[in-house]
Amino acid sequence: MGHHHHKHPILEEIIEITGQDPALCYQCGKCSAGCPVREFAECAPNKVVRYLQLGMYDLALESKTIWLCAGCLTCSSRCPKNYELASLMDALRELAIKHNKKIPEQNVYKFHKAFLEPIRLFGRSYEIGMLMGYKFSTFKFLQDMDLAPETLLFKSKMGLLPHIVKNSDKVKEIFRKTKEAE
Amino acid sequence: MKTAYFPGCSMAGTSREFSSSLKEVLALLNIELNEIDDWSCCGASSAHVTSHLLATALPARNLNLASQQGYDEIFAPCAACYSRLLMVSREVNNNKKMAAKVEDVLGEKLLPTPNVVNLLEYFTQIDKEKLAQLKKIDLSGLNVACYYGCLLVRPNGINELDDSEQPASMEALVSITGAKPVDWNFKTECCGAAHSIPHTNIVEILSKKIIDDAVAHKADIIVVGCPMCHSNLDMRQRKIKKDYPDTKETPILYLTELLGLSFGIDYNKLGLNLHYIDPIKLIEKRLEKEAVK
Repeated sequence: MGHHHHKHPILEEIIEITGQDPALCYQCGKCSAGCPVREFAECAPNKVVRYLQLGMYDLALESKTIWLCAGCLTCSSRCPKNYELASLMDALRELAIKHNKKIPEQNVYKFHKAFLEPIRLFGRSYEIGMLMGYKFSTFKFLQDMDLAPETLLFKSKMGLLPHIVKNSDKVKEIFRKTKEAE
Repeated sequence: MKTAYFPGCSMAGTSREFSSSLKEVLALLNIELNEIDDWSCCGASSAHVTSHLLATALPARNLNLASQQGYDEIFAPCAACYSRLLMVSREVNNNKKMAAKVEDVLGEKLLPTPNVVNLLEYFTQIDKEKLAQLKKIDLSGLNVACYYGCLLVRPNGINELDDSEQPASMEALVSITGAKPVDWNFKTECCGAAHSIPHTNIVEILSKKIIDDAVAHKADIIVVGCPMCHSNLDMRQRKIKKDYPDTKETPILYLTELLGLSFGIDYNKLGLNLHYIDPIKLIEKRLEKEAVK
């Protein structure tokens, strides 16, 4: 299998994570035609794949598109080659973080980090903790404050205290070992 | 078949009404839910954005807990939890290398994975006659847009119940109540999902399109089966209306709330009082009109 040695390390990693080679894509553009965030991204999703096919890895890894992907799976569902583009978007975000690439959508990244931190600590998501974490990391203290009294007091739609899993150490361990393995 | 219940984090928080309406409806059917003991978060839409291994290990812990506790099926009413649990069970079954990595992270051997079912599969499995017998109030003044969103039907082939482009299982369940499902175009379009906080504008634009299409096809309400869709369409709707005043106020109900209404369950017990867009006034108006006819 000599030709494997010629693959770029980023491409190797993409194939390792997704189990598919971006070369599978024949650029029909059906993914981009059905993509709900296409109108908000500077670069169509099939173009991100094209960058990879041409070896222009940084253009893919530093694109806004990978962070705007909402994970709706329309592309993966409709692809005539059964290429799972949504999984590729996940892999590219993971690799962009791992290789310290420029992340043009800082707030999206900060949101996901804020969402995961209470899960690491308590084992379950904790909406108020997540929102506080997000507000502190983005300085968007006033966002959605109009919804706060109703949500917290009248409807009790967010628990004031987190639910803590009995074996929350087990979940912490999952986070620690996953990080270690990367 | 021994079925475990995986509530997921939203059921205790922003989608409390989904949880209470589900339990109320199942109580009438004499079905008790058995929660997986010590379940933890599936990582939702955030873990798979940052680490494939983390996004696999978090749901795998729950799949394995259910198996260890003797269950062979998991019912996950939240569409996002369902999607994560199902995708991970497929991954660990088809990818031996990944399964080994997950075993290492969890520090335990993976048992055979339980079958994972979503809200629509779960209710479709219940005898339709039994559901029909519970009907006390005929909802036939009400036009309903059945909104599936993304994760109940995608990726293509995710379940045998439905087609990923033209699903119909929710319409079949809604019809039991007498309400009329409308034919519309945005059943499976995305509401913007987790962008609700970092890109509220994207969620507003996408969710408005969904509401507008439902209204254009004469729907009075939109019925959903996903906490994230519900929060984007209901909680964000006032902001949508503020930014786009032509938006027609449209209540968003969980499927279980609609079933509960027709089974005569009290509004507050179902959680209809917890909505941002009040569904009660509109529903009463529609039903009165029907009664007068």
